[in-house]
Amino acid sequence: MASIDGALLDFKRLDQLAMGNTSLHRLDPRAKVLTTIVFIISVISFNKYELSALAPYFIFPVALVALGDLPPLLIVKKILLLCPFVLMVGLFNPVLDRAVFFHLGPVGITGGMISFTSIVARSVLTVGAAIILVCVTGFSDICRAMERLGMPQVFAVQLHFLYRYIFVLIDEGGRASRARQLRCFGKKGLGMKTYGSMLGHLLLRTWMRAERIHMAMLARGFTGEFRTRHEYRFGGREALFLLGWTTLFIVFRFVNISRLLGAFFTGNFQ
Amino acid sequence: MHMADALLTPAVGGTMWAASAGTIAYCSNRVRNELDDKKVPLMGVLGAFLFAAQMINFTIPATGSSGHLGGGLLLTILLGPYAAYLTISSVLVVQALFFADGGLLALGCNIFNMGFIPAFVVYPLIYKRIIGANPSPARLTAATMVAAIVGLQLGPFCVVLETWFSGISSLPFSTFVLLMQPIHLAIGAVEGVVTAAILSFVFKARPEILRTALEARPIGNQSVRNVVLAFLAAAIITGGFVSWFASENPDGLEWAIAKVTGKEELKGSGYWFSDVLGSLQEKTAFLPDYNFKKPAEQNMSQDQPVAGSREGQPTDDGSRLGTSVSGLLGTFMVLVLALCGGYLLKKRNQAAG
Repeated sequence: MASIDGALLDFKRLDQLAMGNTSLHRLDPRAKVLTTIVFIISVISFNKYELSALAPYFIFPVALVALGDLPPLLIVKKILLLCPFVLMVGLFNPVLDRAVFFHLGPVGITGGMISFTSIVARSVLTVGAAIILVCVTGFSDICRAMERLGMPQVFAVQLHFLYRYIFVLIDEGGRASRARQLRCFGKKGLGMKTYGSMLGHLLLRTWMRAERIHMAMLARGFTGEFRTRHEYRFGGREALFLLGWTTLFIVFRFVNISRLLGAFFTGNFQ
Repeated sequence: MHMADALLTPAVGGTMWAASAGTIAYCSNRVRNELDDKKVPLMGVLGAFLFAAQMINFTIPATGSSGHLGGGLLLTILLGPYAAYLTISSVLVVQALFFADGGLLALGCNIFNMGFIPAFVVYPLIYKRIIGANPSPARLTAATMVAAIVGLQLGPFCVVLETWFSGISSLPFSTFVLLMQPIHLAIGAVEGVVTAAILSFVFKARPEILRTALEARPIGNQSVRNVVLAFLAAAIITGGFVSWFASENPDGLEWAIAKVTGKEELKGSGYWFSDVLGSLQEKTAFLPDYNFKKPAEQNMSQDQPVAGSREGQPTDDGSRLGTSVSGLLGTFMVLVLALCGGYLLKKRNQAAG
């Protein structure tokens, strides 16, 4: 996260997308959360050398981006910021796993190359699914769905609270950080000494803010529960969405569509 | 050091998820029953603070690189283990959803590595021991330093274990440990210095905040031990259950499906239409002369690069090449189809809207 303001803008952008009003946005969030979970579990349940069977799964994110009217470029950009840790660990696969799998012309394709590509494909699918879920559902609706599915209420309140104040505090932290940057010429003063007291100040201000919020909430009759206007219903459309996608994922899991299609055109049936 | 979905198997991810979710339930109960409701907004806003603080960098002296606060230990010292565990977990949930840090299934692992370890391992076993009954600024600094370093050794070690148990990465255990631990020794030391700096600032400016945190009813070792035991039990039960059916069959999911459909094997599910397709393909195949040897054995998906399969064995290599080329071609075609389908859906959507 190089620039705080950039991160904040990104954040707000995703939040705004969640306010869309397509048929996908109007679905009960529980259906979307459960479908995404089934999707992720089936994607990562393949063995490490599986690649072709993963391809059909791209239909799910692509369809949701299209149906939810999301900007494809933004989603692709978010996914490309793939967790560097995965790439770092995955890069060892081609180096360590050198057993040749098959030859493609003069090039020997090794098991490591295949498993590395598989790891990248898994990453794109799982990370993409999470981001698309946020974009078509919105954070508070995801929390509400999780609460209905059994998440403890205290934790749900915590998530709501956190989300409401993230924007406020990133703003405040961003301002403090910019002020510090403007005052340090030639990078002097960006060190730990000012950092410690700056964060300390931010912490104290946060603490006092929490006390004020608490009193304000008590004055308005807070009893430990957030009340919201939206009431969702798990109806026929939700059941269709959940069952339809789940069936598709299970079919993809057991029938390698890519290989069948490839075999169909190359005539190499087994 | 966020763990990621792509490196996990469902068994490992699911086990950690179940255990972390159980701990969240337990901590929620504790927070609701025992703590004053003043903690509710405090937890929420401090979570947001942690978020902001992680985005502010500082330069590390003599290296030119920059670092930022992790904050798990800081929150545990300020809020106590139960509230801190919930707060750290909530921050990780937001990061998983918005910043693609890790993923949704890896959340269980991440909550354990970055929430459970500081709150229920390092804090009671190391921090509390060092700081003792009557804290002083010097003790506070020492305890924070040691706790941060130990915490950031244990966390990455768990990442290594989780990756290793999953087996998606080819990195050998020892190499991975040697890569992770020394780096995190440095990161832990920096984290310790920064946390101590913030705490000593707070100690000077508003000592009452720290005093209540330090003198908060000593969470008896009993209850923390309960949490650790409950976590272990949950992990062992889920892990045992998952690996029990995973060990009998190569794939737990397949086993579950077989149970549901009542079939012993699902491998043949592609055959009946391969006959139909086979008669069709003679007319449609656009690579008819691409001469593949009919393979003797099926099931490429379980094919692993075996040491014995050398290039000198044409039958094996040929069949492998055959399936692989059709696999590659098919993969490419499916991807193109998916994209076209998405494009058409979007067009139709726009026309309707």
